[in-house]
Amino acid sequence: MGNQGKFKGLSRRRFIGTIGGGVIFVVGAWKLAPDLFSDHQGTPVKTGSDFEGQNVSVWVQIHEDDWITIYNPSSEMGQGSMTALAVIIAEELDADWSKVTVVQSPAEPDIYGVGWGGRGRGSMITVGSRTVMSYYTNLRQAGAQARFVLLHTAAERLGVPVNELSTEPNKVIHKASGRAMRYGELAKLVKPMNTVPEIPQEQLKHPKDFRLIGKFGHRFDVPSKCDGSAQYALDVQVPNMVYAIIARSPVYGAKPRLTNASQIRNTPGVVDIVELNHGIGLITETIELAINTQPKLQIEWSKGNTADNFNSVKAFESYPEEADKPISNGDVINALKSGVKSYKSDYKNDFVYHAQQEPMNAIVSFSEDGKSAEAWVGTQAPGSNRSAIANVLGIDASKVNFHRTYVGGGFGRKATSDWVTEAAHLAKAIRKPVKLLWTREDDLKYGMFRPQSLQRMEASVDSSNNIIGWKHIIVGTGDRLMGTGSATPYYAIPNQHIEVRNIDHGVRTKHWRAVGHGPNKFAIESFIDEIATDLSMDPLDFRLNLMKEFPRAQKVLKTVAEMADWNTPSPAGMAKGIAFAERSGSLSACVCELAVDRSNGRIIVHKIWATLDAGIVVQPDNAIAQMEGGILMGMSSVLKERVTFVDGMVEQSNFDDYQILRADEIPDVLEVKIIDSEERPTGIGESGVPIIGGAIANAFATLTGKRLKHIPFTPDKVKSALA
Amino acid sequence: MRSVTINVNGQRKTVNVDPMTPVLWVLRVYLGLTGTKYGCGKAICGSCTIHLNGTPIRACVTPVSACIGGEITTIEGLSENCDHPVQKAWIEAQVPQCGYCQSGQIMSAVSLLRNNANPNREEIKSYMSGNLCRCAAYMRIIKAVEIAAKES
Repeated sequence: MGNQGKFKGLSRRRFIGTIGGGVIFVVGAWKLAPDLFSDHQGTPVKTGSDFEGQNVSVWVQIHEDDWITIYNPSSEMGQGSMTALAVIIAEELDADWSKVTVVQSPAEPDIYGVGWGGRGRGSMITVGSRTVMSYYTNLRQAGAQARFVLLHTAAERLGVPVNELSTEPNKVIHKASGRAMRYGELAKLVKPMNTVPEIPQEQLKHPKDFRLIGKFGHRFDVPSKCDGSAQYALDVQVPNMVYAIIARSPVYGAKPRLTNASQIRNTPGVVDIVELNHGIGLITETIELAINTQPKLQIEWSKGNTADNFNSVKAFESYPEEADKPISNGDVINALKSGVKSYKSDYKNDFVYHAQQEPMNAIVSFSEDGKSAEAWVGTQAPGSNRSAIANVLGIDASKVNFHRTYVGGGFGRKATSDWVTEAAHLAKAIRKPVKLLWTREDDLKYGMFRPQSLQRMEASVDSSNNIIGWKHIIVGTGDRLMGTGSATPYYAIPNQHIEVRNIDHGVRTKHWRAVGHGPNKFAIESFIDEIATDLSMDPLDFRLNLMKEFPRAQKVLKTVAEMADWNTPSPAGMAKGIAFAERSGSLSACVCELAVDRSNGRIIVHKIWATLDAGIVVQPDNAIAQMEGGILMGMSSVLKERVTFVDGMVEQSNFDDYQILRADEIPDVLEVKIIDSEERPTGIGESGVPIIGGAIANAFATLTGKRLKHIPFTPDKVKSALA
Repeated sequence: MRSVTINVNGQRKTVNVDPMTPVLWVLRVYLGLTGTKYGCGKAICGSCTIHLNGTPIRACVTPVSACIGGEITTIEGLSENCDHPVQKAWIEAQVPQCGYCQSGQIMSAVSLLRNNANPNREEIKSYMSGNLCRCAAYMRIIKAVEIAAKES
């Protein structure tokens, strides 16, 4: 199972001896520099709860008072992975969870990074719902190896063979003599061991013996998020800190020329003005002065930018022509021609904004001697952020002491380094700790958006109602971001052609939770329903038939249909719609039941049922929470959200003109069921997003006979569809 | 700039600021009470919700001068050990995801229950609609308010 075999030879696991009243197990890290845990004289480096250096790598620390510290390599932005990863280690370590503390690991990708799919070491980036699935095998091994060391220490102390020992939470037990030793006691006794062997798969716990995985409920971070003590980057204050706001180009690419620099400089409390390529940095003594002074900057912006004349609504007019351009795949062309019926349909989606509740911000401090730096950032990409800062400052990345905080929402936006780079430039100019704040307006106006696109769907069907040809052309701006989710791996469809045709509008685009899966699954699932409806087939049966080679996918869909009582008609004035998606290895499905207020064009979603097969689920309740949030965030994007550009400028500015879902718009019922599985874990955080668009569109079509083909389904679009 | 004295969580605090400074920044920067968050700066999202004399206000648009003589309560002043009934319900329902909006959510929920001890589902949704949650933890926000109403 998993990728465990691939680690053999790569891993050189070491156990490091007693340090400062506790023991550190350096296990599961697959590349350890020889001097990483000690200085050149062999003296162990300082570690423990107060460590903050870059030169220490640990997963687990056991303290004499029985407390266990587990180091979290992932970014905690609400998805719960800081708890999940610690649970995985604690499970194999047989730790008493009530004694576990989770702390952020250093931003040290060589130690804490992981490769895609969990293979080897790699980047330290929390994206693509990959954290648990990537770390699962490695961290079970890390926990098991820590337990191995404790068992051997106890065997020596008790003078018994190690195979007579077993563990209970935080204890090693010798049944024959009735003796036991606490982990905290053993922490004092552990002797250095040069190597700890790879624990064979069969000695890891069988899933039926799990105490924490699949059972564990509460998240580590939740209490601190209920009393205001959880620390986000914007909450960090450091001595001698100054504040900064940047006035950025309204059209991407435009360069600034500040025309009232002396007036601004003469404002009491203004510390400095820093000219950047894309804006003017304003550094002040107080945050309120920065906010108040930003609008007073008079800036002329350069012309000649790709986006100068970009009008996003008008741009859609050019997309069909691009989609019309022929393909060269003869099999697909023939299949599309030779069916007894053929179908063609265009779907569209506007740009959407991440709208993470904590706007972009960072603190960077550059030392007076120009040799080192310190940063405090809530980020999905600590490794590349650290390198970006180092590049700007002309120092080695190891000289950047990078502190990770909780992330007040990421959704893909905080997986870049753009804002951290800005803060580094400001810090370089001022040589003082600078806290850079993006106001909400900055965050939206200079946002990076999920691409707008057109999905051209074509298909043909033979006389037995089998789809025999399939063409999906995606036209828009955002290139590869538009391609994810366009494949249909669980629908057996021969003769497929899928293609992204990018038009560079010169605006900023970015991964947005589930990336292309949102728009693509909306289009695919709508189109599947269009075909099923035309063939007078039930949309559930039609999909199950397409999935007949994939019983696991069928089960996800069948289960949601049972939950929703699919075959029972909805109450008068309501209808149900169904959709399926795969994302980050997981399978999910959704049924929603909705009504339409024809007087004002509002879609009212009453009930949502959803299923998820994500293999072994470490924290089931959190997985349900992720599905709930993903579905409702998806629903927000499907019903309400749009960013538009005129003359290259974003028209929206804050939550008044960029509206997201509010509490009075949620369904009465949102029920999620996790499918039991002993398969390897797959991604969860994004699985809710792609299933809701198709489910809403399909329910609307069933209810009204009209199809909504352009998200968001705003009241004006609903009214015109029904007119 | 002038000396301004306000009462926060039962303590008198004096700061030297422009009296028009939003109380949000006074709390966060001058008094270190960072549980109250900046989200939109325009009283749209509710992340900065605090109580002034028991009434919820948006700290991001309220000048500190408007708070002189009043009693401010922030999330930090709600309880000693995160054991206010609403906080306990929030933990029981495992509401927070990213958590950034939750101080504001909790402060709104406290004032809802102060005014209406047994709100029905529609009343909860309506009252809580002033607080945005981008993680869309709304199902659990509603559930937690219902738990807190039952417990208190």
